[in-house]
Amino acid sequence: MKDFFDEHADRKAWMSLLAKAPNGRVSALLDGAIERPAFTWLRAPEIGSAMVRGRAGATGAPFNLGEITVTRCALTIESGAVGHAYIQGRSKADAEAAALVDALMQTDAAEMLRTNVLEPLRKELEQAKATRAAKAAATKVEFFTMARGED
Amino acid sequence: MQSETLSGGFTEPAIQSAHAFRSIMNAMARPGTIEQLDSAEPPAPLSKAAGTLLLTLCDTDTPLYLAGDVDCDAVRAWLAFHTGAPLVGPGHCMFAVGSWDALMPLNAYPVGSSEYPDRSATLIVESSELGDGMTLRGPGIQDTHSLSLPETAAFQVNRAMFPLGLDFIFTCGDRLAALPRSTEVV
Amino acid sequence: MYVAVKGGERAIENAHAWLAEERRGDTAVAELGLAQIKEQLKLSVDRVMAEGSLYDPDLAALAIKQSRGDLIEAIFLIRAYRTTMPRFGSSKPVDTGAMACDRRISATFKDLPGGQVLGPTFDYTHRLLDFKLAADGEVPETAMRKADAGHVPHVTKFLNQEGLIEESPQDDTAPPDLTREPLEMPANRASRLQALARADEGFTLGLAYSTQRGYGRNHAFVGELRIGAVPVEMDIPELGFAVEIGEVTLTECETVNQFKGSKTEPPQFTRGYGLVFGQSERKAISMALVDRALRWKELGEDFENAPAQDAEFVLYHADNIQATGFLEHIKLPHYVDFQSELELVRKLRREAVSAQVQEAAE
Repeated sequence: MKDFFDEHADRKAWMSLLAKAPNGRVSALLDGAIERPAFTWLRAPEIGSAMVRGRAGATGAPFNLGEITVTRCALTIESGAVGHAYIQGRSKADAEAAALVDALMQTDAAEMLRTNVLEPLRKELEQAKATRAAKAAATKVEFFTMARGED
Repeated sequence: MQSETLSGGFTEPAIQSAHAFRSIMNAMARPGTIEQLDSAEPPAPLSKAAGTLLLTLCDTDTPLYLAGDVDCDAVRAWLAFHTGAPLVGPGHCMFAVGSWDALMPLNAYPVGSSEYPDRSATLIVESSELGDGMTLRGPGIQDTHSLSLPETAAFQVNRAMFPLGLDFIFTCGDRLAALPRSTEVV
Repeated sequence: MYVAVKGGERAIENAHAWLAEERRGDTAVAELGLAQIKEQLKLSVDRVMAEGSLYDPDLAALAIKQSRGDLIEAIFLIRAYRTTMPRFGSSKPVDTGAMACDRRISATFKDLPGGQVLGPTFDYTHRLLDFKLAADGEVPETAMRKADAGHVPHVTKFLNQEGLIEESPQDDTAPPDLTREPLEMPANRASRLQALARADEGFTLGLAYSTQRGYGRNHAFVGELRIGAVPVEMDIPELGFAVEIGEVTLTECETVNQFKGSKTEPPQFTRGYGLVFGQSERKAISMALVDRALRWKELGEDFENAPAQDAEFVLYHADNIQATGFLEHIKLPHYVDFQSELELVRKLRREAVSAQVQEAAE
């Protein structure tokens, strides 16, 4: 079971990264890295939703909170590798780019794409997160104990 | 995952599913009428008609029961990709597919409640033949209609439960006919 | 007599055209772009997403523009759009413990791991109109400080350790979905929370306020309020594993409520829960208070006849799209209905008059 999990950890990580990339960013990085290969649609890009669930009291029974928009597609490239994309939002072009990256990550181009697409993407998202976290940290309250007149 | 198990879906989902839905609706509205349905290329042993039906009617909100031979890896993978329908046992399904014998017993399926008679299962029966046979009467049939059925008694019992009950769709190759719960089998 | 009438097409068309012109307003003023709405009217966008029950800032911004800033009309547009989309699945329950918090405060503990983080709040502003904004919005530089790494634990965890608060044990029952099946009474907590999450902010606020004023009192402290981003993870059937498909900003409120104990429960603190799309702490706190009020039965409390305790009253009137649909439909033509009412009143009148005449004669 452990091996099964690890086998997918890498792909999970890059698909998650591609799902959260800003509009047009994956396309730009992909086109800067490699010429897009020919591909066949297994499932043309489709816009839909996913129901987001929360838990009562943060840890209890799940409930339905509301939906998010999602675009998905699947394609196959010449090598036979199948690329899937499930990305947030309603961009068919971004879904196509994400599925191509997913397919190419299963080929010899993987290392090159990791360096030129995934790493920059990861860094950009981390940077954005770090900036927000730093702004939040600056609003953290420092309490001072005042002298109390008890005696 | 092999890309072959991912092919065979609708090439033009919007148009093909609308056409298929129209055929299924006609079949239900005019029990016993044979319609053609062939836009999908499902893996064996699913028929084209059953495959097209499932792609048209099933999604992640419709629990599906695969009975007998059709419960195989190829069919499971194909349906997971194209419909995402959760696979369940007969007691919790909205749709079931398989041969008549594999689908038995009928009392395992939900027949709805008096508040919600629609919360019942639709059985897709893969059949080796589809043509004339038993006499049908009821809503959607001018006088009588003729349809080959695997048996009579089960459908009479089902008719007696109306408005509760199961609905049946018989598939054979690229053809299908329906027998809703409102139809009387003479 | 019933006379079918038809017409008004030209009038409707012209009304639509005028509506479009009024929406645009004075063309000498620059047109509002969707990005401007998304960035500068973010809290409106958040409300439309929360009550529209669809997280997509671009769509919400479009809906706000199209509805001329009428947020309930915008929510209506989002709800209508939502119904046209195929649903690919349901996410795993989001882990708010792993939230990247922009804001996180507790009214119950001053010193708590992770600290009191104010975030971009209106709370300590003076509520004085800032006329500088009317001239030009110059942005001061935001201070930054090194952030602590690691997750910020929930406050209720500390109370849990002492056993002083009711547990909220994990449970993985698939929840009912109001957008798929009609609400049934008695509604379980999952249905109630879904209904409250998409409920009208004003209605929820009013109900929550009524509990504070004594109608079904359940003295509430904000144990914790947090706002921030959480990833959304979903199982992908064709892959056989789960991936993150996006990220949403949520506001979460956990209230800690005084509870003297009941026939079934020991004295302890009880909990109310609010979770809302976007940044909306007024809604999240209101939701938590109403959630707690609705839990009277499972905690063995008395029903005090308070509106906020009455699940049927709360849940059937909390949805502003249902409410506005039914309310506003009475302005549409009811010529035939009214004609029959008119006939009825005339008939009753005639009968009353003839009865009087008869009485006078006798």
